[in-house]
Amino acid sequence: MGELLSIFIAAMLINNVVLIRFLGICPYLGVSQALSSAVGMGFAATFVMIISSMVTWVIQHFILVPFEIEFLQTVAFILVIATLVQFVEMFILKFSPSLYRALGVYLPLITTNCAIMGVALLNITDGYSFTQTISHALGAGAGFFLAIVLFAGIRERLARAEVPEPLEGMPIALVTAALMSMAFMGFAGFDITALFG
Amino acid sequence: MSRMYDDFKRGFYDEHPIFRLVLGMCPTLAVTTSAINGIGMGLATTFVLVMSNLIVSLLRNLIPDKIRIPCYIVVIASFVTIVDLFMAAYFPPLHQALGIFIPLIVVNCLILGRAESFASQNPIPNALSDGFGMGLGFTWGLGVLGAVREILGAGSLFGIEIAAAFNPALLMILPPGAFLSLGLMVGLINWWDARQKDSPDVKEAASNG
Repeated sequence: MGELLSIFIAAMLINNVVLIRFLGICPYLGVSQALSSAVGMGFAATFVMIISSMVTWVIQHFILVPFEIEFLQTVAFILVIATLVQFVEMFILKFSPSLYRALGVYLPLITTNCAIMGVALLNITDGYSFTQTISHALGAGAGFFLAIVLFAGIRERLARAEVPEPLEGMPIALVTAALMSMAFMGFAGFDITALFG
Repeated sequence: MSRMYDDFKRGFYDEHPIFRLVLGMCPTLAVTTSAINGIGMGLATTFVLVMSNLIVSLLRNLIPDKIRIPCYIVVIASFVTIVDLFMAAYFPPLHQALGIFIPLIVVNCLILGRAESFASQNPIPNALSDGFGMGLGFTWGLGVLGAVREILGAGSLFGIEIAAAFNPALLMILPPGAFLSLGLMVGLINWWDARQKDSPDVKEAASNG
């Protein structure tokens, strides 16, 4: 249990997907103008990340490795993720129209969210077991959610601030992200094994 | 011929993928810890972009509209696999340094974006020059960003020690340095453009034209 917790915390804070690992920068910069859409994107991405991590882990260990076709990993994973996103979209539409109204518009964007694919690949390269994979995906999703929601909050304030003209828009957002990233680097000094054994 | 040159130039500068369209941000920020890594990543992306533009343009009348996105993704993923295996065989240190960002070329929005918005509607020569323009534009962007970060963060360029006059700031090759240097570079380009627009030469040319 302690091990799973430490994977979760490490994925959420120490190796934050967005600010330290640079995965999922496009939605991070693109869908963070308003707090409400950032929350929607954060939930949708976390949801898909957990499901896709489980499915790609199963595919890697029960199809690609036994048949010795690991070189098809990239093709297989991206197809699985693209299909899965479509499937999740249809599923949510059928079973919870209200949830669909909240998350629907973000789901198609998630196919090209490299955080989803990146976490799926990291699960394999880091040699996680199935339960560790779930914990890692949960932590990475929570980290993405945390980063994008905090960033959207800052950007809402930033929109009213006076910024030098050439820095308006994207440049100042990137500088803000730099400061957030610096803050998250503070977690690197954190001795995680001492905390959870 | 001049249209092909325009297609090339558009990606190379006018609509630069990094500094103007702000596409493909993940590799841009992640691998530019040194100039060599940036250029290696840029060239790998260029290859995938040119080949996927070629194939998508070639098949543009064959691919049914409804399933075009999965088709493009399969084309792109195949070329990414080729690049991945090629780099693992011939450039192992670079392959090691770029890590999971090589398979992640497949989700680089720049490539899917060009397939969808350009290659699927244009003949092969134009699609190729667009691919080369965007790809090489991406490469020089990554190279410059990598060089800036390497000089400021490690005090070297292409691995050669150059800093004797100042202590390198390690921060620049750590993650915050990536956001900071890219933000300031985009700001610099905006400032330069605004200045160009205001300069008397351009105003005169505009009023004459």
